[in-house]
Amino acid sequence: MSASTPLVRFENVQKSYDGEVLVVKDFNLDVERGEFLTMLGPSGSGKTTCLMMLAGFEPATHGEIYLDNQPINNVPPHKRGIGMVFQNYALFPHMTVAENLAFPLEVRRMSRSDREARVNRALDMVQLGEFGARRPAQLSGGQQQRVAVARALVFDPELVLMDEPLGALDKNLREQMQYEIKHIHENLGVTVVYVTHDQSEALTMSNRIAVFNDGVVQQLAAPDVLYEKPENAFVAQFIGENNKLRGDVTALEDGRCVVSTASGHQVQAIAVNVSQVGQPTTLSLRPERVLIAPQPGSIDNEFEATVLELIYLGDHIRARVALLGREDFIIKVPNSADHVAIRKGDTVIVGWQSDDCRALDA
Amino acid sequence: MTTAETNIEYEGESLKKRLDKAMFASRRRAFLLVLPLLLFVLVTFVAPVLYFLFQGFYDPTFSRIMPQTSAQLAEWDTVSEPDEAMYAALVADLVDARKAKTIGKVATRVNREKAGTRSVFTSSARKAAKLEAPFKEALIDVKKEWADPAIWEAMKTASNTWTLGYYANALDYRQNADGSYRRQDASRRVDTEVGFGDWSFTVNLGIHQLLFLRTLQISLMVTVFCLLLGYPIAYLLATLPLRTSNLLMILVLLPFWTSILVRTTSWIAMLQSQGVVNDLLVFFGVTNDDGRFSLIYNKLGTLIAMTHILLPFMVLPLFSVMKGIPPSYVRAAKSLGATNWTAFWRVYAPQTIPGIGAGAILVFIVAIGYYITPALVGGQDGQMISNFIDFHMRKSLNWNLAAGLGGVLLVIVMFLYWLYDRIVGIDNMKMG
Repeated sequence: MSASTPLVRFENVQKSYDGEVLVVKDFNLDVERGEFLTMLGPSGSGKTTCLMMLAGFEPATHGEIYLDNQPINNVPPHKRGIGMVFQNYALFPHMTVAENLAFPLEVRRMSRSDREARVNRALDMVQLGEFGARRPAQLSGGQQQRVAVARALVFDPELVLMDEPLGALDKNLREQMQYEIKHIHENLGVTVVYVTHDQSEALTMSNRIAVFNDGVVQQLAAPDVLYEKPENAFVAQFIGENNKLRGDVTALEDGRCVVSTASGHQVQAIAVNVSQVGQPTTLSLRPERVLIAPQPGSIDNEFEATVLELIYLGDHIRARVALLGREDFIIKVPNSADHVAIRKGDTVIVGWQSDDCRALDA
Repeated sequence: MTTAETNIEYEGESLKKRLDKAMFASRRRAFLLVLPLLLFVLVTFVAPVLYFLFQGFYDPTFSRIMPQTSAQLAEWDTVSEPDEAMYAALVADLVDARKAKTIGKVATRVNREKAGTRSVFTSSARKAAKLEAPFKEALIDVKKEWADPAIWEAMKTASNTWTLGYYANALDYRQNADGSYRRQDASRRVDTEVGFGDWSFTVNLGIHQLLFLRTLQISLMVTVFCLLLGYPIAYLLATLPLRTSNLLMILVLLPFWTSILVRTTSWIAMLQSQGVVNDLLVFFGVTNDDGRFSLIYNKLGTLIAMTHILLPFMVLPLFSVMKGIPPSYVRAAKSLGATNWTAFWRVYAPQTIPGIGAGAILVFIVAIGYYITPALVGGQDGQMISNFIDFHMRKSLNWNLAAGLGGVLLVIVMFLYWLYDRIVGIDNMKMG
C-alpha cells in the first residue's frame, strides 16, 4: 500500500436519523495522512454526524467509510483505534488524570511500566506533568482540555477526531489552545479531523477545510483558497466578512462578466458560478479589498458612496456606506499612517479590482 | 457614601455584626416560612417519638402504687432474708392497692419479671386487710410463695422507676435484683443457623435477637433484590428516548401510587397455594396439584412482596443519577479501546454509585421498619421486629418493652447509617 492512499475515505455516505430527512447527503471525502482537516459549518449541517460515523457511534445509512483502505462500517468503535476528543472533554470524573490517561493503555493490556512511561510522556507533552494525581474536577477548563487531548493521543492512534473541543473555553484560552493543538499536530504528524462552527478556529489550525451546509460539502479547500476564492455564496458568506451585491449578468466573456445591479449600475467581476447572460447572481467582495478614493483610472470598478457610520477598531476602521442602492456595504480602512481621513456623511469615491469581485450563485 | 462606611469597623460595629443585622430579616422570613411545618413535625413526630422512647427507661407503676414496699426494697441487699419490716410494708401497700383497685397493675408488672406471680398478688391482696402481725408468717400462710426470695428479687427489679431493664429485655437479657444482667432463660432461646454454606455456624439466640437478625437479613436481601432488578430498569429508562421512557416511567410509578395494602393483598391472590402463580405452574406441568409451592405466609412471601413494593425507591434515585451521566463518557471509553463491558464496568457503573448508595439506603431503611406487608404475607417465619413491636403495643400492652425494641431498632438504623457514611460517604448519595 503506498503512502499516498488516503487514510480515511468517505464514499457516497448518507445518513438519516428518522428515515425521512437526510442529515448527510452523498458525502465524499478523502483525508490524507498527516493532514489537519476541519469540518466547518453551522449547527445542524451534518458535520458532527460525519464525525460520529467515522468514530463508529452512528451507523451510515448508505455508503462506505474506509480507514486505511479497510471498510469500517461493521467495525465497532473500540476496534477502530481512533482517538477522540469530545465537546465537554468526557474525562472520567472518578479517575485521576493519570488513570484517565492510563485507561486506553490498560484496556490494551500494556505492562505497568510501559503505561507509566507513556502517561508521563503524554502529560509532559501538554505541560501537565505535575497534575497526574489530580481529579479532572480539580483542573481548570484549559487544563481539562489538555488532558483530553493527551488521552486521545496517548495510545498513538493514527487518526484523532476532535468534536468542537474548544467550545467551552473563553476567547483567550481558546486562541492559545488552537496554537497548542496545531503544534502537537505538527510535532506528532498525526492525522486530525476536527469539527467546529468557528471559522477563525478553522482558518488558524487547518490544512484543509470542508465547509458543510445542509448535509452537503459546499467547498473543500485550503484556508486561503476558501477565503479568497469561495466557490459559492454560502462559503463566501460563512468564511470571513463579505459584502453581497445582487444583480443579473448582462455580459459574459473569458471568465469575466458584467453584472447590472438593481440600482442600475454595472459591475465588472470574475465569473465563478455563472454560465449564461441574464442569470441572477450574487457578487462577493471582501471589505478589505475595497479602496477609498483610488487613483482615478487605476481600477475597473468605481462608484460614489456616502459614509453612514464609522467604527474605530484600533487596527482598522470599519465604515458602513450607502453604495449601489444598499446600506449595509462595509469597508475596512486599515489604520495606516497615510489612510484617507473620512467623516460621517462624506461622499467619497470607492472602488475595487474586478479580480476581487466574484460572481457566485444567486 | 463616605469612606468610613466601607471600613471593616463602623461606629464600633464589626463587619460580621453588620452582616448579621442585614441578614436578620431574610433569616426571620425563612424561619417563619418553615415554622408551621416545624411545629407540625414537633407535635406529631418528634414529641411522640421522644415520649415513647422515654417509656423504655421509665416505669413508675410499682413504685407509685407500692411506695412503702419500694422504700424497703431500696434498702434491701437482695441477699439476706426479707425481714418483718419489709412484710409489714408489703401488707400495707397491698391493702391500699386493693382499695385503689390498682393491684392488677402491680401484679402484671411483677409478673413480667417473674412469670406465675400474678395470682400471688391478687389473692394475697384480697386477704391482706384481715392480716395481723407478725406479717411475715401471716403472709406466708396465705401464699407460701412469699417465702421465696425470688419474688422479692422480682419486686426489687420492678420497683426501679428508672430502669434499663426493658432495653436489656429487648436484647434478650434480664435484669437481676442487684442490677446485674443475665441472659434470657435457656427455655426461651433457640439454636439458629447463621451465614451461608461453609461459613454458617450455630448461635443460641433469644426471640428478640432472632427477630432483629431476621429483620436485618430480610432488609438486606430485599435491598439486594431491588438493586438487581432495579438497575437494568433504571438504565433502560435513562437511555431510551424521552417519550418511551416517560411511558415506562409511569409503569414504575403506578404501583408507587397504589396503596400498599392493595399491592400486598394482590400478592396474596398471586402467590397463595390456589393462586395465579401456582395455577400456572400446575398448568405448565412444573408441578402437580399436590405439589403446589408455598410462596406466601412465609419468609419467601415477605421477600417477594417487599421487593416489589420497595422497587421504585431503588429505581428513582438510580434513574436520576443515570440521567445525569452524559453518553459521551461511555463513547469516550469505547473510542479509547474499551469493549462494551469494560466501558460499562470501568466508566459507567462507578458513576452510578451515588444512585446505588441512595437507593440502597432508602430501601434498606424503609425495609427495616416494615410492618404491614410481613404482617399480611409473612406467616410465622416472615415476621419482622416491627410486627413484634406491634404485638406489644396492641396485644400484650407492654408499651415499655415496645419502646425498648423500638429504641434498639433506632440505634441499629443510626449505627448502619453511620457505617454507611464511613464507607460510602453520605455526600456521595444523590436522591435525585
